[in-house]
Amino acid sequence: MKEISINPITRLEGHGSISIFLNDEGEVENAYLKIPELRGFEKFCEGRRAELMPQLTTRICGVCPVAHHFASVKALDAAFNVEPPSAAKKLRELMYAGYIIYDHTLHFYYLGGPDFVVGPDAPPEKRNILGVIEKAGLDVAKEVIKHRAYGQEITAILGGKATHPVCGLPGGISKALSEEDRQKIEKMAVSSVEFAKFSLKLFHDIVLGNSAYVDLIKSDAYTMKTYYMGQVDDNNEVNFYDGKIRVVDPNGSEFVKFEPKDYLTHIGEHVESWTYAKFPFLKKIGWKGQFYGTNNGVYRVGPLGRLNAADGMATPLAQAEYEVMYKTLGRPVHGTLAFHWARLIELLYAAERAVELIKDPEITSTNIRNKPGEPGEGVGVVEAARGTLYHHYVLDKDALIKDVNLIVATTNNYPAICMSIRDAAKGLIHNGKFDQGVLNKVEMAFRAYDPCFACATHLAVGQIPLIVKVYDNQKSLIQTLQR
Amino acid sequence: MSKKKLKLAFYWAASCGGCEIAVLDINEKIVDVVQIADIVFWPVAMDIKYKDVENMPDKYIDITFFNGSIRNSEQEHMAKLLRQKSKTLVAFGSCAHEGCIPGLANLHDSKEILDHVYLKEISVVNPEGTIPKTKTEVKEGTLEIPEFYDTVKTLAQTVDVDYYLPGCPPPVKLIADAVDAIAKNELPPKGSVLAPLKAVCDECPRTRENKKITKLYRVHEKAPDPEKCLLEQGILCMGPATRSGCDAQCLKVDMPCTGCGGPGPNMPELGAGMIAALASILGYDEENLSAENVEKLMSQIVDPVGTFYMYSLPASILRRKVMKK
Repeated sequence: MKEISINPITRLEGHGSISIFLNDEGEVENAYLKIPELRGFEKFCEGRRAELMPQLTTRICGVCPVAHHFASVKALDAAFNVEPPSAAKKLRELMYAGYIIYDHTLHFYYLGGPDFVVGPDAPPEKRNILGVIEKAGLDVAKEVIKHRAYGQEITAILGGKATHPVCGLPGGISKALSEEDRQKIEKMAVSSVEFAKFSLKLFHDIVLGNSAYVDLIKSDAYTMKTYYMGQVDDNNEVNFYDGKIRVVDPNGSEFVKFEPKDYLTHIGEHVESWTYAKFPFLKKIGWKGQFYGTNNGVYRVGPLGRLNAADGMATPLAQAEYEVMYKTLGRPVHGTLAFHWARLIELLYAAERAVELIKDPEITSTNIRNKPGEPGEGVGVVEAARGTLYHHYVLDKDALIKDVNLIVATTNNYPAICMSIRDAAKGLIHNGKFDQGVLNKVEMAFRAYDPCFACATHLAVGQIPLIVKVYDNQKSLIQTLQR
Repeated sequence: MSKKKLKLAFYWAASCGGCEIAVLDINEKIVDVVQIADIVFWPVAMDIKYKDVENMPDKYIDITFFNGSIRNSEQEHMAKLLRQKSKTLVAFGSCAHEGCIPGLANLHDSKEILDHVYLKEISVVNPEGTIPKTKTEVKEGTLEIPEFYDTVKTLAQTVDVDYYLPGCPPPVKLIADAVDAIAKNELPPKGSVLAPLKAVCDECPRTRENKKITKLYRVHEKAPDPEKCLLEQGILCMGPATRSGCDAQCLKVDMPCTGCGGPGPNMPELGAGMIAALASILGYDEENLSAENVEKLMSQIVDPVGTFYMYSLPASILRRKVMKK
């Protein structure tokens, strides 16, 4: 049997590598995405001071520290049985909106977007931020850099540091917002709404205006009928910071809606020996292997998962665009590449929400912390850019950490990402033949999820360098492709 | 005068990605970098392969910025390779410098961690007791993953390091200053930490009254006065023992320093430095200075390892917990 392994060059320090096995006819037999990395936060956080958890756990990911910070803080609110004052919740949500603006901008322009904006068949050296600049113009590039930086600045003002913020406390937040800083953030938030609108227009002009791209989104190789999960508010509208967890089935009907504290009733994690990542699944249906449909508990999270799991968006412009997407692609949307569209709709929502919050008279209130109660147990959930993020802590009587459980955003998508890669490979590789273009398209399936175990892929010019090795059935190297 | 461009490399081992974001956050400064230097290896950004690095002559790269700690054989291999290929090697960020927060894993060994993550965690459904292993036979062939080491090591515990850029992540200003120093060929003597020769307290605008304290508060227990020294208000702040350069960012949102900058100037390690600093502020006047009172005071410091060595256990004199076999 032939083995093709697609290794980001980062395989040496282990951020994920793909092995594709071909059978004797040269058809794809199976594909594996291996995650060779583990750090063990769940173990070494035991014994730490509980109030340090929002800072300890940001180091799980330097790209989305804000998500860990607030999942952690919310777990502590619950564990100390304290409700933060309304202004503190608003400040947390404002900082969260800033993080989504930064992270979704980074992904769309630096990483995932180039596949569409420059084109899936464009040469690899053009399929990056530089190619986007070339196609969309230098003025666009300046706006991209500016708004990514705005997102970081909002976090830095409220959180102390943009990467690895420190402001979160059980029962509130450490610092109130001054009027001077409020004005700064308002300017950035208002500008971000325009930027998000522009980004959607770009997507409409370049992607949706091209029927070949729309066909690609709808094509079988990129379609996967799974369950979807996301956090929703009381109106079943997408909410990043707070709410209940809603799961819809592959037909788009509500399967379950649950309180974050009940997550263990609904989610289990399966273990395989060939990867350090675990495979989450819906417990009521069970883990039955790597296939999808109503009979297997595989679900998807992240932008598309959230939009599918909700009934709409809570801000007007994002809602209008939400309706356009479902009118165009049907409901629910199973096309993996629609993650990009969903991401831009969320960018617009986050910017609109930031404007609402920064104009709220309460946002500069100094009533920002309530006194924590006795230490106990708590679950905190937020929607990280890449999906639903669960932190669960048990505290001892001295408020030291006794037990920790984490289900990290991308991990939820891991079973689906594995299958997306396998299906893209199956749909695109035949008779043992594949070339660079095929590999680009296999990679697109992976990139649509913005997977965080390839933190590498969030960065710089956003291209995953690939090495593809083809082995014959004696395991001798017969071909190497590089890009 | 035309000058030969410097060759720079960036690499990361076991890390969170925050150091890479910090590099992106230098924003327009990257233009200066590109003017003085060619980036010859940056796996996240550029299509230059590991094999190409192997083919470079020794000392081909002028400066390599290396972030992340060393916790498996592959990372160790890359550290050694880049050392061999680089004239100057910079440990970039707290993980490479001191092991950082993931270095707290040195309180356990790999078995404890693997058992916990794959068998004991409450969300795991694993009736067969499967644990990841380096080699797995599947029906299509063999799948391999790297071995998970017992001990997290710093870069300097693995190879010879020339400079250290502290912080989690390094503050943008320190990165920019390092780039300037490189451009002007004004790097300090080998072994230097590329940060001001001051402690965080020296950059903190809060007022100090040289008060002694007898009670400690945890951050969630007390809303501090925003103008006054946190330590003098009884909130454990690592500022006196921590290297500056961060502009006391955490203090600006009324949160204490937790020590990500590593030990202050002339301090061998952060924990010992902080314990010494605490000894001078904790206490009673002579009348009340009894063994019992001192004991009462010290017992208020919960989780001393996680407090004093939050970012530096692998680099500290403690290094790791000795496991009972």
